[in-house]
Amino acid sequence: MTGSDESASKKEMRVRPIKHGTVIDHITAGQALNVLHIIGISGTTTAVVSVAMNVPSGVLGLKDIVKVEDRELEEEEVDRISLIAPNATINIIRDFEVIEKYRVDLPEHLEGVVKCDNPNCISNTIEPVISKFTVNKKPVELRCIYCDHVISEGIAEHLI
Amino acid sequence: MLRHIISMRDFSRDEIDNVLTKAKEFEPVARGKSSNLLSGKILATLFYEPSTRTRLSFETAMKRLGGEVIDMGSIESSSVAKGETLADTIRVIGNYADAIVLRHPREGSARMAAEYSNIPIINAGDGAGHHPTQTLLDLYTIMRESSLSGLKIALVGDLKYGRTVHSLAYALSLYHASMTLISPKQLQMPDVIKKDLKKQGASIGETTNIEDVIGDVDVLYVTRIQKERFPDPAEYQKVAGSYRVTEELLKKACDNLIVMHPLPRVDEIDPAVDRTKYARYFQQSFYGVPVRMALLAMALEAA
Repeated sequence: MTGSDESASKKEMRVRPIKHGTVIDHITAGQALNVLHIIGISGTTTAVVSVAMNVPSGVLGLKDIVKVEDRELEEEEVDRISLIAPNATINIIRDFEVIEKYRVDLPEHLEGVVKCDNPNCISNTIEPVISKFTVNKKPVELRCIYCDHVISEGIAEHLI
Repeated sequence: MLRHIISMRDFSRDEIDNVLTKAKEFEPVARGKSSNLLSGKILATLFYEPSTRTRLSFETAMKRLGGEVIDMGSIESSSVAKGETLADTIRVIGNYADAIVLRHPREGSARMAAEYSNIPIINAGDGAGHHPTQTLLDLYTIMRESSLSGLKIALVGDLKYGRTVHSLAYALSLYHASMTLISPKQLQMPDVIKKDLKKQGASIGETTNIEDVIGDVDVLYVTRIQKERFPDPAEYQKVAGSYRVTEELLKKACDNLIVMHPLPRVDEIDPAVDRTKYARYFQQSFYGVPVRMALLAMALEAA
């Protein structure tokens, strides 16, 4: 077996094609488990799920990949993923074919997705108010429209 | 469209200039000349936190313009004590009054209130958040007693928790003021705010010592180190009494310096300074009346 055959075969083992479902590729390395959390997959899932972490990637250096069989994502889930993995690409697979491929795009506004981390913010009270943020894309910064508090790190921990 | 007054960020430079011009027109009324501009209008003052000058100057402004003022009395005896949400209180008061002045301990409360209100909300302080009417009266004081163009100003004291300085620094950045931030290390202005100011094109210097800049500024804006904003009382003790403006210190000041303070003061400004030509803080508190008149007139669409 030649060197390139060997690496192709290793690649195949790592990323086995799926028949129907979604491949979330180019996830920021280390965020795969947070992505699973966002799409509601926990230890009790019955779905067929493959996770690859810290895979060498030309563009990102290292990346994570999540493949979920028989599942397509809601728009809100994609918005959430974009917050923690702004370079992620979503591949929708049917009959082993990629029928749609797109890059996640950070929305300009977020409603009810992230909890403000200012404990004194009105959005963290019994008041009937949904958290709202304006989004700065580079670097990713969320500004609470109520208290002006800015979240720039650990966004995954603030997802509702 | 309802004109709420929530944050200085909602104001353009032109809108600020417009408020300041209007305030000047109202100055004679603030000094006692009679007016019935807001006759038949009712202002509700909702203060969930103690306030003296903000509440009284709003009441004075409204009454001198011929309007009426209602309030909810003490928090303990109001529906708040029964657990009513702010969102409900705002909708109820909206059926009684023509505008609401709100002070509330939670950041963002005024913005939320505006979402629920069918009458204008004027933010009179939301926790450690915004206090736009204070900022506007500060700008007015600078305009009247010094100058907003080419301004060199030092902001002194609690620049971390002090809401007035955050709003003021933001507004001053619209006037391209040169700002020096003077505070103990623990109370420095948060990076996120400084970054924001720089984005606006503000020129910002930082020091821990007033003497470094006293000879080179037009305005010395002193703030109280607010005990009630400290999560940890031990932290407060470490920085309490860090700065004291005295006659001695002012000997090094340039001739046309003015000293401002949003008040109340504790010991940041020696009472002997009151008699010097530099003191403007009582004048500043008077200017709260014409500025709030301008804002009330604007909110109630009578201006």
